[in-house]
Formats: sequence, C-alpha cells, structure tokens
Amino acid sequence: MSNQEPVNSFSSRIVVLPEANIDTDQIIPARFLTTTTKAGLGKVAFNDWRYNADGSNKDFILNTIDPTEHRVLVAGNNLGCGSSREHAPWALMDYGFKAVISTEIADIFKSNSLKNGLVPIVVDQPTYDKLLKNPQQRVTVDLEKCALTLEDGTVFTFQVEEFARQCLLEGVDAMGWLQKRLPQIEAYEQSHGKAA
Amino acid sequence: MAQSTRPKSLFEKVWDAHVVEPEGANSPAVLYIDLHLVHEVTSPQAFSELEARGLKVRRPDRTFATLDHSIPTLRPDAQGNRPYVTKQAEIQVHTLEQNAAKNGVRLFGYDAENRGVVHVIGPEMGLTQPGYTVVCGDSHTSTHGAFGCIAFGIGTSEVGHVLATQCLAQRKPKTMRITIDGKLQPGVTGKDVALTVIATLGFSGGTGYALEYAGPVIEALDMEGRMTVCNLSIEAGARCGMIAPDQKTVDWLRGRQYVPQGEAYDAAAAEWLKLKSDDGATFDKEIRIDGSAIEPMATWGTSPDQGAPIVKGVPVAANEDEERALKYMHFTGGEKREVEKVDVVFIGSCTNGRMADLRAAAEIFKGRKVAEGVRALVVPGSEWVRVEAEKEGLDKIFTEAGAEWRLPGCSMCIAMNGDFVLPGQLAVSTSNRNFEGRQGPGSRTVLASPATAAASAIAGHVADPRQFMALEEA
Repeated sequence: MSNQEPVNSFSSRIVVLPEANIDTDQIIPARFLTTTTKAGLGKVAFNDWRYNADGSNKDFILNTIDPTEHRVLVAGNNLGCGSSREHAPWALMDYGFKAVISTEIADIFKSNSLKNGLVPIVVDQPTYDKLLKNPQQRVTVDLEKCALTLEDGTVFTFQVEEFARQCLLEGVDAMGWLQKRLPQIEAYEQSHGKAA
Repeated sequence: MAQSTRPKSLFEKVWDAHVVEPEGANSPAVLYIDLHLVHEVTSPQAFSELEARGLKVRRPDRTFATLDHSIPTLRPDAQGNRPYVTKQAEIQVHTLEQNAAKNGVRLFGYDAENRGVVHVIGPEMGLTQPGYTVVCGDSHTSTHGAFGCIAFGIGTSEVGHVLATQCLAQRKPKTMRITIDGKLQPGVTGKDVALTVIATLGFSGGTGYALEYAGPVIEALDMEGRMTVCNLSIEAGARCGMIAPDQKTVDWLRGRQYVPQGEAYDAAAAEWLKLKSDDGATFDKEIRIDGSAIEPMATWGTSPDQGAPIVKGVPVAANEDEERALKYMHFTGGEKREVEKVDVVFIGSCTNGRMADLRAAAEIFKGRKVAEGVRALVVPGSEWVRVEAEKEGLDKIFTEAGAEWRLPGCSMCIAMNGDFVLPGQLAVSTSNRNFEGRQGPGSRTVLASPATAAASAIAGHVADPRQFMALEEA
C-alpha cells in the first residue's frame, strides 16, 4: 500500500475477455479468500475459468498466453461488479496485469484497483470495438497524459480521478494523506461531539 | 450569514454532516466514519498494514468485529472442535481474534450472544443508528441504509484507512431517487421489490449513484423488508442505498443495546425524524416504479438483474449475454418456471436471514414436507435470530419439514465455509448473487424471497409462493 512502484507509461499486448459483467467471484472465487496475505493470488485468478475440477487446464486464453507479454486485460461491459474483495485486483496484478479496460468498470473494483496500481480505463464503444477487432494488438497506457494509444495510432483520452492518479504517479497512497489530516479529524470530532 | 435554504436530499444531509474537509478538483473529501464493522475475510491484510506502519486502531470504540464468512455453521464436536472447511479458514478466524485483542476492538466471537452476519448484527444491537456513516469491507454494507445511514462497502486498503484515521478519502457520488408507488399485492415481499428494482435499473444502472428509496411501498415495508431492499443496492451497481427514518425506524431501534436509553432516546429520535429529503430536493436521476404491479420474482440468469415475475416464466434471450446465461442455467426461453427441478434451497444471508424472513419461510413449511431429493438449509443471520427463532419454535417447523437448522453465518451465500451447492445442482436461494459458481463451482442459483424459496422446497421446483399462502384480500 505504501510507497508502491510509481505507475506511469507502459506498452503491452492486450488479452480480451469479451464477456459482460465479469464479477469479482469469477476473478477470484470466494473459497480462495481465506488467505491472510495478498501474495500468490495470481495462480487462482479466474480459477474456475482456467481449471477443471481435477486441476487440469481448461481451454482458456489465460492458460495459453505469456502473462509478462500481456499486461492489459480488455473485458466486456461492467467489469468487476459484485463483491468488494480487494483480492480481485491483487489476483489480477499477481497474474501480471497492469491495466484493465472496459466500457464500464464497477465502482468498488475501480477504487480497489487504483489503490494497488492497477490502472482502470473506461473506454467508449468505438475504442472498445477497435480493441476487439485486433485482440493481439499492443497498446500504450500513459497515465501522465491519460492516454491509451492503440496499435493503429488511435489515441483515446481516459479519465482517472485526479487524486488517485497523482497517488499512482508518485507511488504514494491515501493512508499517508489522511494521516496528515489528523488534526482536522480531531477538530471535527471535538466540534461534532464525536471525541472518544 | 444565514445558511443556504436550498432543499437538500437525505443523502446530502448525512454527507454534509460528515465532511471533515470538503473535496476539491484535485483532492477528494475527507469523510468521517461513525461506525466501522469488520469481519475475518477482508481485514487481515489491513491489520498487517497498520502493524507495518507501527499504527494502532485509532477509534476502537467505533470499530466492531464479528466472525461470519469463514466459520462453520455446523456445531462443534464434544471436544469443542469446530469443523472448519480448511486449516486456512481456522487460521483466518484466529487472525481476527488476535488482531481484535491487540487493538482493543470488540469482537463478537463464538462466546458472544450477538455473533452473526455483520449486516444482521449491526442494526440488531443498535450499533447502526440513523444519520450515521457506516462502512465495512463488504459490498452489502448498503443494508444499513435502511436506517437513513450512508452505508457502503469498501476494499481492504480502505479498511486500513478507517482503522488508522476513522476517515475515508471519498468523492461524492451522484444521487438517484427510486420512488415505488402504489401498494404491494398480498404475498409480495421486500425481496420481490428489490429484484424488480434491479431488473428495472440493470446490473450497472446504479453505478456512480447513491440511491434513495421512497414512496408508499417503501413506507409500508417493515424494517426487515427495508434492509433487504437497501442490501441489494450493490446488485444494481450502487454502493449505497438509503431510506428516510420514520416512526417504524424509531420503534424498531428503541431499547436496543447500543442506542441511547430513556429520555436520551426520545431526543435522538426527534433528530432522526428530521433526516428526510426536503420538498424540492433535486436528484441527478429519478425513477418511478409501480409497486402494485410487482409480483413474486425469481432470477433466471447469472446476474441479479436477470429476474422476472415467476408467473411470466423464463424470458426468451434478447442478446448474447442472456443466451450465455440461459445456457449456463440449463433453462430455455419461454418455459414455465415449474419445470425447473430444485436440488437445494438456502434460506439465510445478510439479505434474508432475519426473524421476519424466517417467519415467512416457516409459514409455508408449517405442516408440509420438503420434496424428496431437495436439500433445504435454514441458516439464521445471528445468534439473536437463532435464539428468538427457537423460542418461537421455528426451528422445529423447519426440521419437521425436513430442513436443516444451522448456526449463524454467511454459509451458502458465499460458499466459502464448506456449505456449498454441488456442480450442476440448482439452488433456490434467498441470498444476493446468482453469479456462475457463486454457491460452489458449477452451481446454478435462482434468487428469490424466503417465501418463494420455502415454496420451491415443498414443490420440488421453482414455485410461486402464493399457492401455499392463505391470502387475505387487503
């Protein structure tokens, strides 16, 4: 959480999961949430899409690509809906993803992603269609410029909440920012009858 | 200078009262959190983060923990050993016990008479009070909005922020009012209202909004029904859903453990009753639903918005997503729900694990038997619910009908404690999510009310509960 690697610009191939409404139970099924750490969740990312009950591989794209070459996940509308589990971005990042792209990204998943350096990018339908048309393409994500550049040269300017963007660029987090406000927090508690 | 007289919504009133520092273009608001609820699954990494920074929980008096997600709902053996699904689940429970003890946080653990599902016990003990901000590392925290709270789910990083500072960095969401007009037909419940709202809004229709539910149907619902409606706000993408407190809210909370007592309660209640949207308050979006037209609902697909009145049968797929959902569910567009043979019925969860829910199920189970081949599981939402239900003899009704009566917990709703639906089996569940594999790998889930779940257990197929009800014409 603290002093994480600053995120700025990177290029990578995409991997496309066109299904809409990929919920966080698909990204990491609940039975893997008994962990007390964040480590090693990449191996169970999309577990039930990747593996049969006997542990053998299913015919699924995340089993065939090289995660170090495909760091951008493009998914159908409303990615990350459902549970608030931060294990979802932890699992995606541990697998190797650095950004997720969809036409809509669920609120809590988006917030959780931003806190871990996974860049959530909401694109318009034409940009999404171009990504799907060439699902092997290489894209560039530039957080400084909020620019997503497609292989055909199309540049899409995305929006990221400004505070979260600054935190990612600088590699700092909101905990320290909130702690600096403890005097104001104490004053609020005093004036609102909420002191301990 | 006189304060602005601009009419405010309920959401704005509660939000404004909790702003420590207002938001700017480059910085979010610092929002004060009155009540922080904690459970074993989404807290361990947050406590570790505090420890790594040499911090303690800043306001243990505003932080309350419980065990609900990973715990077995079967009784311990003669030696007191609990049948955890894995060693890791047991370690997770012990981790919260240790973190709570180290930080002076009150944990409602196995020995507490109030242990239970986090969103059941908060209101039950009066920890949840009108006008509060309430957060928990759990998306169904919206439940507490039924008491006029801004209540929403947060991730583990934010759990750490609240533990350390009692505040969150938040952008103010847009507001949407959902007015439900008319009067519910007999046999229609809060769950049916919620599933109708979600089907109307769509799975992401509430994304970015705080919802306010209003209108005569909401006013007529009891507090349990209101909690069910607010609980499911997240299934339309909204982090938070709320309802203005009224006399029912005040009567429901009176005398509970953590609310003010005696005259102090009446003074608090007078303030709570002012928490409603002013006439002329504006919303970013308003929708209206005809409550008189709502019928018992059941989902037919793999997201909570894919639901329809049971009497209308399974709809014909309108697009690829719906086709994919029907294929997963093994349902065919146009078929009657009665052809859907049920393997499992689950009654419980933060959505429908309260006394009113169990009573509604018991009315249908009473004097009847669960159909052959159906496994029915009734899991009370809390120890308090378990004890009350047993006092009323509801447990006997369930077990005599052939259902299992368990200890409180999230159980088969999230299926991480060993209670799960087998691959390919069809469950009618009073829980909140019908995602692929939510109740176990390969499980198929139909979401419905406690009455519908009980009726389906008796009939052995998805069933409209009204056939088992002695309905009075209202």
